Amino acid sequence: MFYREAGQFKTSYKKDQSILPIFQDRIAMVAMLIFCFIVIPLFANDYWLASILVPFLALSLAALGLNVLTGYAGQISLGTAAFMAVGAFAAFNLQVRVPEIPFLIAFLWGGFCAAGVGILFGLPSLRIKGFYLAVATLAAQFFIEWLFTHFDWFTNYSTSGVITAPPMTLLGMAIDNPLSKYFLVLSIVVICAFFVRNLARSEIGRAWMAVRDMDIAAEAIGINLMKTKLLAFGVSSFLCGLAGALWAYVVLGTVEPQAFDIARSFEILFMIVIGGLGSVSGAFLGAGFMILLPILLNNVGSLITGGTISTETIAHIEYMVFGAFIIFFLIVEPNGLARLWQTGKEKLRLWPFPY
Amino acid sequence: MSKFLSSVVSFIVFFVVSIAIAGEHFVPITSYRTGPYGVSGAPAANGYVDYLKMINARDGGVGGVKLAWEECETAYKPDRFVECYERLKNKGEAGATVFQPLGTGLTYSVIDRLAADKVPLITMGYGRTDASDGSVFPWVFPLMANYWSISTAKIKFIGEQVGGMDKLKGLKIANVYHDSAYGKETLPVLLKQAEKYGFELKGFPVAHPGLDQKATWLNVRRFKPDYVVLRGWGVMNQTSIKEAARARIPANKLVGVIWSCSELDTVPAGKAAIGYNCSSLINPGSNYRVFDDILKYVYDAGEGTGEKEEVGHQQNYKMGVLMGIMTVESINKATEKYGNKPMSGEQVRWGIENLDLNKARLQEMGIDGFIPTFKVSCSDHEGSAPVKFQKWNGKEFEPASDWIATDQSIIRPMIEASASGYAKEKGITPGCN
Repeated sequence: MFYREAGQFKTSYKKDQSILPIFQDRIAMVAMLIFCFIVIPLFANDYWLASILVPFLALSLAALGLNVLTGYAGQISLGTAAFMAVGAFAAFNLQVRVPEIPFLIAFLWGGFCAAGVGILFGLPSLRIKGFYLAVATLAAQFFIEWLFTHFDWFTNYSTSGVITAPPMTLLGMAIDNPLSKYFLVLSIVVICAFFVRNLARSEIGRAWMAVRDMDIAAEAIGINLMKTKLLAFGVSSFLCGLAGALWAYVVLGTVEPQAFDIARSFEILFMIVIGGLGSVSGAFLGAGFMILLPILLNNVGSLITGGTISTETIAHIEYMVFGAFIIFFLIVEPNGLARLWQTGKEKLRLWPFPY
Repeated sequence: MSKFLSSVVSFIVFFVVSIAIAGEHFVPITSYRTGPYGVSGAPAANGYVDYLKMINARDGGVGGVKLAWEECETAYKPDRFVECYERLKNKGEAGATVFQPLGTGLTYSVIDRLAADKVPLITMGYGRTDASDGSVFPWVFPLMANYWSISTAKIKFIGEQVGGMDKLKGLKIANVYHDSAYGKETLPVLLKQAEKYGFELKGFPVAHPGLDQKATWLNVRRFKPDYVVLRGWGVMNQTSIKEAARARIPANKLVGVIWSCSELDTVPAGKAAIGYNCSSLINPGSNYRVFDDILKYVYDAGEGTGEKEEVGHQQNYKMGVLMGIMTVESINKATEKYGNKPMSGEQVRWGIENLDLNKARLQEMGIDGFIPTFKVSCSDHEGSAPVKFQKWNGKEFEPASDWIATDQSIIRPMIEASASGYAKEKGITPGCN
């Protein structure tokens, strides 16, 4: 009843190809953008902005990158955190050596360096698939972490190996308080999300999905496997590198190799598995689930018990409840939260009729 | 949708509850009781909380104002620590008094926010080493001794063992360290000391987490060192001690850092650890009035946080008590200037910067001999306290040396160089107010 497209005729090819063809979808998207850009900054306090929303957005960008690679192109990668590290360190190194460069250029540079490294470590994908490719990308994860720990050049010879990100200024304004950081990360993430959504609808995206579904058939109909797969690695690593630079500059303020370890790679992989492979909203839903739910459980736990139960017990209960949620969601919908949402929208289109 | 609603509800309730903590000094305790280092973090947190409880019970708080605290679990992860920091920094009537992260990576993740949030950080025995120069880092206090100071004390201890610093010439010292930022931090100062005293130094990194060290210790054996400096953390320590015994390097030739110096490291290593020396910020032994007071006012009243056997007998617990002592003494010093009301972070920062723990004050507090006397100032956020060495005899730690002063003549120029580099990078004008 709400979602009926009756009466919505497309009168030009351009309108037919728009990214959100249904009018109600467009309203929902505008409402969501208004909510993110205007309502949240008005009502959220520092704690919410700095420790919950900004990390959530940064990691959802990384999840978006991995979703491009694993969800759309079907290449399993366990080196996500390594590409994030490359982005962070490349951006830092550029800014340290050429201080006049604005930080956005440094972020883009970090992204491109990560894309280069991603393409390099994506070369095995031309010969191997599935688990074997996962192990090859695992090599990327360990190698990059080792590289940044052992060669002091990357950390600008800092004694502790932990480097602080240079301060960011945009158009004369310093980006150092939670509100400005939130706007920065939100803008970058929104742009990247639209970019990925469009990429997925385009010829490249269809080539990726063909490679994912059956790469021999894709090759048979004329899709160049090498270019397609390496492009997937490149785009995915670019987004991961950008996310890594954001993580280092905006979320933590410090750049150290241990922040981008194997646990982080797995975390992002779990985000897209739970959120839904092969969808933009899946990245956000998965990131929200993996980041917001533990914090919510922690806060609710300490509120309810009010200090009578030790933080240790709350942390353990958090793990158990979280694990139970994961199992529950994967049983209910193995294709992830995004599929649940999509099913919900389809039912909404037919509501109040059942089919 | 419901997830969002419940988070809105919890935010509202949380906001309401946080207003309720009024009229007390608020001490945030960012502990790690879970995660890979939970076994070290849990006793420390117990010690910290027990000390605060004791002060409330015995003295009625500080300056007549009680202490309130809240624990937040960080699991030794920087992003969770940042979340805990943001959650707790404005709690309490005057805001959080001081944070003690008990982790170097955790410290680094919030250093840039401290000036804006006006909350100090005590990073006792670790932390950003160049923060010892308070003119560049007004809000960070690596109290008592930082990594570099402890390193010079270790070399001095080895010198003591061989009969004089001049006998160090020609000695072979192996440095077995955790292959991380923490582990590598002492390499420059060790190299400088090798240059100064003429001993041969070789580094042997151990990959995290350090459970498999057979290859490393084979190499150490080949180097035939006279002494081995051990710089581990977590499960690496006990493995190192066991492998050293297997490589037939006697335990009394091992000199560990303060974070390789607890019962959690020596007891699992069994007989291999007998004779193992390591450094400590505190005196071994439990014969101090402060522990009797904790047992009397906290455990006898049934309020004990951890196990009763830990009190005064477990190194991490004692370090936790030391953390409590630093916090309470800083608040006390701040009340001397600002009066008897809940102290804010900015006021406590003044308190820490003007800490003067002399013998009389230590006796008053019941910790005379537990820690050395030291004094903090703006240029010296460390206090340059001497370091004690203790030896494991199979059942407990006993003193292996007197308080060994650290060699600031080597360290201070390095700290100032590093701090001024940071100041230039960040555009800070150093100065002491």
